[in-house]
This record gives sequence, C-alpha cells and structure tokens, in this order.
Amino acid sequence: MSEIPHIGFIVAAYLVTAATIAVMIGAILVDYRRLGRALSRLEATRSGDDAK
Amino acid sequence: MPLRRAELGATQHVMAERSQESVNYILSGKGLGSPLPAGRGGDKTPQMVNLANPTAFLAVTRRALPWLAAAATALFVVGLWGAFAAPPDYQQGEAVKIMYVHVPAAWMSSFIYVVMAAASLGTLVWRHPLADAAQKAAAPLGAGFTFICLVTGSLWGKPMWGAYWVWDARLTSVLILFIMYLGLVALWRSIEDQGVAARAAAILTLVGVVILPIIKFSVDWWHTLHQPASVFRMGGPTIAPQLLWPLLTMALAFTLLFVVLHLMAIRNEILRRRIARLTMLAAAGGDALSRRLAAGGSGA
Repeated sequence: MSEIPHIGFIVAAYLVTAATIAVMIGAILVDYRRLGRALSRLEATRSGDDAK
Repeated sequence: MPLRRAELGATQHVMAERSQESVNYILSGKGLGSPLPAGRGGDKTPQMVNLANPTAFLAVTRRALPWLAAAATALFVVGLWGAFAAPPDYQQGEAVKIMYVHVPAAWMSSFIYVVMAAASLGTLVWRHPLADAAQKAAAPLGAGFTFICLVTGSLWGKPMWGAYWVWDARLTSVLILFIMYLGLVALWRSIEDQGVAARAAAILTLVGVVILPIIKFSVDWWHTLHQPASVFRMGGPTIAPQLLWPLLTMALAFTLLFVVLHLMAIRNEILRRRIARLTMLAAAGGDALSRRLAAGGSGA
C-alpha cells in the first residue's frame, strides 16, 4: 500500500468524503427521530385533551 | 426535544402578529403538514398534484426510500470497485482515484443548486406547498457536497499542482457557491416566520443562479490551472472508457444518495411544520398542552 504514490492524499480524500456523507445521514436521522418523538407527544396530549 | 414555556410564548407572539387570514389558512388544513387525504382513488387530480399533498408525499416516500437507498448503496459498491480496479492515469498516476469522489461531488454541488432554483420558482410562482420545504432541505446537502468537492480537490491539488489551494477562477467560484449555501442555511435559521424565510431564500437563490454559468465556463473564460471539461463536452468525453465508467457510476451513486437524503430531509420538514401547527392549535385552543406549559411543566 505504502508503495502507491500519493496514497495519503487518496485515503484522506475518501475519508473526508465518507465522514461528510455520514454526518449528513446522521444529522437527518437524528432530526427525524427527535421530530417523531415530539410529534407523538403532541398528538398524545391532544388526544388526551379531546377525550376529556 | 421537550417544549418549553418560552417556546409557547414565542408561538403566541407569532400568532398575535399574524393576520387572521393566515391563521385561518393554517387551521383550515391547507398549509404544509396538514393531514389532508391522499387524493387517490376516483378523483381526477393528476399524480404530480397528489404528490404536492404532504400526506401523499410521506406515503410515497415511505415506500420509495428503502429501494432508492438500496440502489444507491449498490451503485457505490460497483463504482468504488471500478474506481480501485481502474488503471492509473498516464499523467495523474494513482491520484486519479481522487477524481472518483471529487468530480461527482462537483457535479452535485451545481445540480443541487439547480434543484433549489427550481424549488424557488415553485415557491414564488406556483406557491407549491412542498417547494419551500424542498428548497430548505436541499441547502445543507448542497453545502455538504460542495465541501467534499473543495476538500478532495485540495487533496488532489497538492500532489498534482504543488499547492492545496490557488485563487483560480474555478476554485474561487466553487468557494463562492459554498458560501452561498451556508448563507442560505443561515437565512432559513435566522427568520422565524417560515413564509417570509421561504420567499427571501427563494429570491436569494434565484439571484445566485448566476454563479452556475460562471463555474461551468470559468475554465474557458479565464486562464486557469483547472483543466477544462473532459466528460460533458462537444465531441464526446476525452477520458478512456476504463476510467470513465467508474466515474459515471459514482456520479449516479452520488445523485441517488442526494435524492435519498433530500426526500428524508423534506420528510423532516413536513414533520417539523406539523409540530408547529399542532403547537399553534394547542396555544389557540387552551388544551391540556397549553395548560401544562402555562403551569410551568417541563414540557409535552
């Protein structure tokens, strides 16, 4: 591997790409779970209020 | 995230400032995030109009996302295999492997801006209910892909040009595009009224479209270090087929990845607006949520 010229630059480029994509995916999934929980709480509160 | 008392106060403040028409519009169920019926069945509504309905959009997205994600993953596997199996370039050597992530990211950086410009037209001209959500959802993704383009280009530039960065016309114009993406993200976050934010972001996006031809033709208009177009050009690609097919496969994989992430982000935006609508209803109706928050509870 170390005999490949510029291997450090190649590995760094792919690592940065993978990390950036992972951050984008992770941020969207975390946001989705957070919103889902908030929506569930709101709807549960509203349905409880409607039942009274 | 638990709702805090301050958030309810902010909501009530917004409601007080809104005109009665806009509140009625939201309460009538016409706003984005309203649980309208999907519009399927015996009506004569065209399918594209049905997709404008957030509920129908969520249903279609739920079915399509796993298939699109699987297709994107498969394309990445094939593209990466092709990239690392491809022979070295006669000039760049093995550093050409950086091109398999740099070039697709560069294409995506411009393509996403085109998507945002189309969504901006949808916001300003047709007032499409999903257009501003699509525009808002795309901006951080555009910033992400442009960041990949800039960093990988820099990592390619050092061994090939001897410098991580030069103030070349192509590099500088892409850096400006990156700053524009960040500016749009900041604009969306800095304006509380999402309707006002949508119009402001749409106008700024459409004004910023001028950057796209500058990026595309910068290598022709000015003397630059950056090489001219070698794939999409008159006379066909100048790249050998062994190097070209992995590049195109990776480009397709990046495109599908963006589609998947964009759909997921639009879905988040719809949920966010549903939460805002329910919070407004709670604030207006004095229901259990309002009473709990008014009593100083920890949240819903």
